[in-house]
Amino acid sequence: MDQFLRTLFDQTINGLVAGNIYALIAVGLAIIFGVGNLINFAHGSVYMTGAYVGWYCVTRLMLPLPLAFVAVAVVCGLLGLIIERFGLRGLQGASRIAPLLATIGISFMLDQLVQIVFGVRDESFPNPLPAFRIQIGGGSIGSIDLLIAAIGIGTATLLFIFLRYTKLGWALRATAQDREAALQMGVDVNAVNQTAFMLASILGGIAGLLVGMYYLRVDPTMSFQAGLKGFAANLLGGLGSIPGAIVGGLLLGLIESYGVAAFGLTYRNLFAYVVLIAVLVLRPNGLFSRGRRLPPEPLTGTFISNRTRLRVPARVIAAGAGVAIILPLVVRDPVLLQVLTNAWLFGLVALSLTLITGTAGQTSLGQAGFVAIGGYSSALLVLRLGFPFEVALLTAGLLSAALGTLLVLPALRLRAYYLAIATIGIGEIVSEIIKNWDPVTNGAVGLSRIPSPTFFGIEAYLPREIYWYSLALLLVAALVVWRLVRSPLGRLWRAVRDDEVAAQAYGVSLYRYKALAFAVSAFIAGIAGAFYAHMFTFINYDSFTSSWSVLTLTMAILGGLGNILGAVVGAVALTALPEVFRGLSEYRYLFYGLVLVLMIRFRPQGVLGAE
Amino acid sequence: MLQIEHLSRSFDGVLAVNDVAFNVNEAEFVSIIGPNGAGKTTLFNLISGVDQPSHGSILFDEKSLVGLTPDQIARRGIARTFQNGRVFGNLSVLENVLVGAQVRRRASRNPFRELSGALFPLPAVRREEADLRREAESILAQFGSRLTPRRDDPASSLSYANRRRVEIARALALHPRLLLLDEPTAGMNLTETAEMLEFIRGLKARGMTILLIEHKLSLVNQLSDRVIVMDNGAKIAEGSAEAVRDNPRVVEAYLGHKRETEVIR
Repeated sequence: MDQFLRTLFDQTINGLVAGNIYALIAVGLAIIFGVGNLINFAHGSVYMTGAYVGWYCVTRLMLPLPLAFVAVAVVCGLLGLIIERFGLRGLQGASRIAPLLATIGISFMLDQLVQIVFGVRDESFPNPLPAFRIQIGGGSIGSIDLLIAAIGIGTATLLFIFLRYTKLGWALRATAQDREAALQMGVDVNAVNQTAFMLASILGGIAGLLVGMYYLRVDPTMSFQAGLKGFAANLLGGLGSIPGAIVGGLLLGLIESYGVAAFGLTYRNLFAYVVLIAVLVLRPNGLFSRGRRLPPEPLTGTFISNRTRLRVPARVIAAGAGVAIILPLVVRDPVLLQVLTNAWLFGLVALSLTLITGTAGQTSLGQAGFVAIGGYSSALLVLRLGFPFEVALLTAGLLSAALGTLLVLPALRLRAYYLAIATIGIGEIVSEIIKNWDPVTNGAVGLSRIPSPTFFGIEAYLPREIYWYSLALLLVAALVVWRLVRSPLGRLWRAVRDDEVAAQAYGVSLYRYKALAFAVSAFIAGIAGAFYAHMFTFINYDSFTSSWSVLTLTMAILGGLGNILGAVVGAVALTALPEVFRGLSEYRYLFYGLVLVLMIRFRPQGVLGAE
Repeated sequence: MLQIEHLSRSFDGVLAVNDVAFNVNEAEFVSIIGPNGAGKTTLFNLISGVDQPSHGSILFDEKSLVGLTPDQIARRGIARTFQNGRVFGNLSVLENVLVGAQVRRRASRNPFRELSGALFPLPAVRREEADLRREAESILAQFGSRLTPRRDDPASSLSYANRRRVEIARALALHPRLLLLDEPTAGMNLTETAEMLEFIRGLKARGMTILLIEHKLSLVNQLSDRVIVMDNGAKIAEGSAEAVRDNPRVVEAYLGHKRETEVIR
């Protein structure tokens, strides 16, 4: 019993400390959501930047801790201004999903920049604080716990004073409440936005520094998770509400901490994502609001406009396919064939995205989850149950369709913007399950010695055989998607995309048709994952990260959402370009992020035009 | 055919529709008039399932519509148009009308059939689609030369008046048993309004049951079998166009009276 109480006390302290950090991140997100109506996905990257800048100041420059805090505040504050300039200002008036995607692009760039500047390794971060612990009853509290608590309470107080008693604080609150009215009353909305981003980023950076000190290390993959958790915390307390963000952060910290105590450390992230989805679906306005609906959404889910579509004659497409088929007979360079094989597989996923996001208007940022289900299903079916590859491939596609649709089902009633966020959570949940379901997925170790693909019994392992196989899959999938898009079914999907309310009023069952779109999309993505697993003969939880989702969406956007040829062209361009310009391949994510930001800003309909 | 009783809908304590009751009989033409914010469109949203009532009942053919989703209600044979013209902007005019025929497609109830029909269209599926297309074209032709030449243009390229026409064409493709028209002539000039009047008169002559929201009283007077007047969410009068016109409460509602706030929607 005594042992239980001590554990409970320790876990509560751990939870509150982690919660304080989530609260700091969530408050930043809330401020930005308030004024910009935008979920800033670059926030996690700012947080990571803060962690690395702090680490560098303390361990390399040997600066005293207070100076490190100042340096973090300055660097992250500047970053905030840059994000506002490129992620938001140019996109006012665009569809709400546009700035969201832009901040994802910015986060790609920032993450890679941090890796370039500070190196890609995990770094240990020795705690610069005096080492003491206060014993209370059965548990204890350390100096870092106290510092985090002090900073948490301190920033909350300062923020309260700023918002309540300063002119700029009033302007910020006025803008959050009613942007148009604030503008009419002479509030400089741009200045308010800048302040909000700067403030939020300083808080985010400090949170990063504190986390580095708390866990005694910084690592270059910490950004994405942190951003998503901050968002979950914010959502828990009510999107855009600052007190809600603080309470939500503390709650999330406690949930995780007790969850870890009950189920084990590896489950930590799973709780956050389950909370994210559950709140989105059940209480979209947070735990403390009366069950009102989400704020109204624009009519179109994506930024489709078919005015500038480039019509490519069928002859040209056929000729292109012909060249792709003949290529291995002419070119023997295995590296080139490997690069193009990757392009075909990415093309498959981009195709699945162009269908769900372009044609059906349901932005998916969790496609990696479907790819992973496909990859693991096929590998397991062959390894454990001795399925032939061809059967496993199709079964994996079907499993991905079934499981993927099942996971998305509760979120289908959400409108575009929130569905997009739910899909991120779903992708992460799949990845967490894979990481934790040891008896089946082999956990972190992964599955190795997966047999190569076979085609009616003939093994394909030469680069050009793999190339042809993957190309064939892509061409068949493209044909399937083409048929679907041009059928009555495609017409209904586009109707749902253009105006859900009107479509439903004319008898289109939204659940049914959205679920169908997700099923087909997950099927194609699953096939890509399955082939990928057998091509590399090894997969683990790290094989299908969320960057697959973003990268393939970038490809689809580059080619033009809803444009089948565009998805393939986008995939080839983004896979091949970093290889062609050798120097680029080291900075590929910088390049991907830049492409995404530029496309959304200057040509949201893509190179070939949306359809 | 349609029986509404004690119907209310409140938004955060404000009663947008307040204890409304009325019937619509088969082949009847009923108009709903009233000042802005009277709750007319909310009433349509409740009937078509876009919104759910706080209290009260809506019976269609003696069966309740409360709790059904809009697509289920569409399946029962109720079609509506929207006040501010909700066409599918990126779909062609013809495609817009074809979406209206959704409830009549065999595949519409079965996703697997929908999928297989799209990938491997058997002759029956092709025939159904061809028939619907032909019918959609004939519906477009009912609007003279307004829509037919623009058949393949995206609906977003249409004029305001043409969008209203496309909406009505789309509603007709559902073969509605009850047609709800929400200000079909809003934003139309005199000629266009007169043309629309004749068009709706034609629908009425065919025996269609119609519930109309309209501000243009001349239109209402010429078409309606019965008029319902709403103000502040409540029904304040019901009867023939002439009787309603002379009702003092209606005069008061239209010509102004002491009211603290008017909800502008």
